Amino acid sequence: MTDGERVFAETIEKDQRVEPRDWMPDGYRKTMIRQIAQHAHSEIIGMQPEGEWITRAPSLRRKAILLAKVQDEAGHGLYLYSAAETLGADRGDLTRRLIEGRQKYSSIFNYPTLLFADVGVIGWLVDGAAICNQVPLCRSSYGPYGRAMIRICKEESFHQRQGYELLMTMMRGTPEQREMVQDAVDRWWWPSLMMFGPPDADSPNSAQSMAWKVKRHSNDELRQRFVDMSAPQAAALGVTLPDPVLRWNPDREHYDFGEIDWAEFKRVVSGDGPLNKARIAHRRKADEDGAWVREAAAAHAAKRRPAMTGHEGTAKEAQP
Amino acid sequence: MTESPAVRHEWPLFEVFVRAKRGLNHVHVGSLRAADHEMALHHARDLYTRRNEGVSIWVVESDDVVSSSPDEKEAFFAPSGDKVYRHPTYYAIPDSVPHI
Repeated sequence: MTDGERVFAETIEKDQRVEPRDWMPDGYRKTMIRQIAQHAHSEIIGMQPEGEWITRAPSLRRKAILLAKVQDEAGHGLYLYSAAETLGADRGDLTRRLIEGRQKYSSIFNYPTLLFADVGVIGWLVDGAAICNQVPLCRSSYGPYGRAMIRICKEESFHQRQGYELLMTMMRGTPEQREMVQDAVDRWWWPSLMMFGPPDADSPNSAQSMAWKVKRHSNDELRQRFVDMSAPQAAALGVTLPDPVLRWNPDREHYDFGEIDWAEFKRVVSGDGPLNKARIAHRRKADEDGAWVREAAAAHAAKRRPAMTGHEGTAKEAQP
Repeated sequence: MTESPAVRHEWPLFEVFVRAKRGLNHVHVGSLRAADHEMALHHARDLYTRRNEGVSIWVVESDDVVSSSPDEKEAFFAPSGDKVYRHPTYYAIPDSVPHI
């Protein structure tokens, strides 16, 4: 065992954090880059479903809240790209991998937001599921990832509460408004449960991630935790979760719930969800439309930079 | 920049330090991409202080940061390892002596 391997093993064993310049196994580095990039991409693509409702939000208050929330999603993506760059990944390269379909993002964002109530349900259920997943990641063995997650989790709490409050407001409204909330819950409940990933028996990378303390709880464990939290919240809201077998099991002290449609999960993950193509096309267009701004800003910076400062890369880039 | 020129214009990386409130040091919070220092400051404000997390920001181009190497950690920090007399607990003082 080399010194690097020994120090790495001890760091994980003692529950300490691995920091960017430490030696780490190639597999660990690759796993972290893949996981952090996928998470960053999810935040960036995640701006689209709710962003569509900013101009159509029913009041200035709701518009301001939604704008702040979508801006947070952008921020979360950037915290995570920053963490990925500490591992030697390049942000531009990661974006390219996303728009070329070589890296994934969370499948949940391939579903459409048909109603304003969807904005509330996304905050409540989708962000709620994200919080369940993310709170344990604050203790991830990779330092920069854990620190980004702490920052993100603090902000997600606002996301979930604004969603739930939005839904409470609609539930106090007209029968049509209550129907819209129920409709949105019916469409988002099962995809939210899929956010925790395949069942443990079918999750090939989990064991290694647990050993590296990148992951702290199994997919099924976190999914159960989410169901247990959501069922009483649904009751308080006055909506029905679309699962006929969902009920409290006093022996297990957990809610029992129905079988997830894993065929649908696989279909959406593999690119055949309702909006996979539209989400990527939108991201690609934003990247291409922004290219001239990036180039112009780089050219402006190069012109203003005093000559001979040694920043040749930037100066070279400014050449036509 | 190692990318092929046809691909994209990537801005340099900046490290961001934020002073949370008066009386505290600036603390490293992360990094971001920007074309120059001025843009880096504006982006740092938008990215790292959306909820009054700071009263002052520093940005430093990442290439300008020089850091100690983890490989040489033991040798690099060894000089302070054997100087226990630099710590107050090294000195035995009777309990009867007050205020020391």
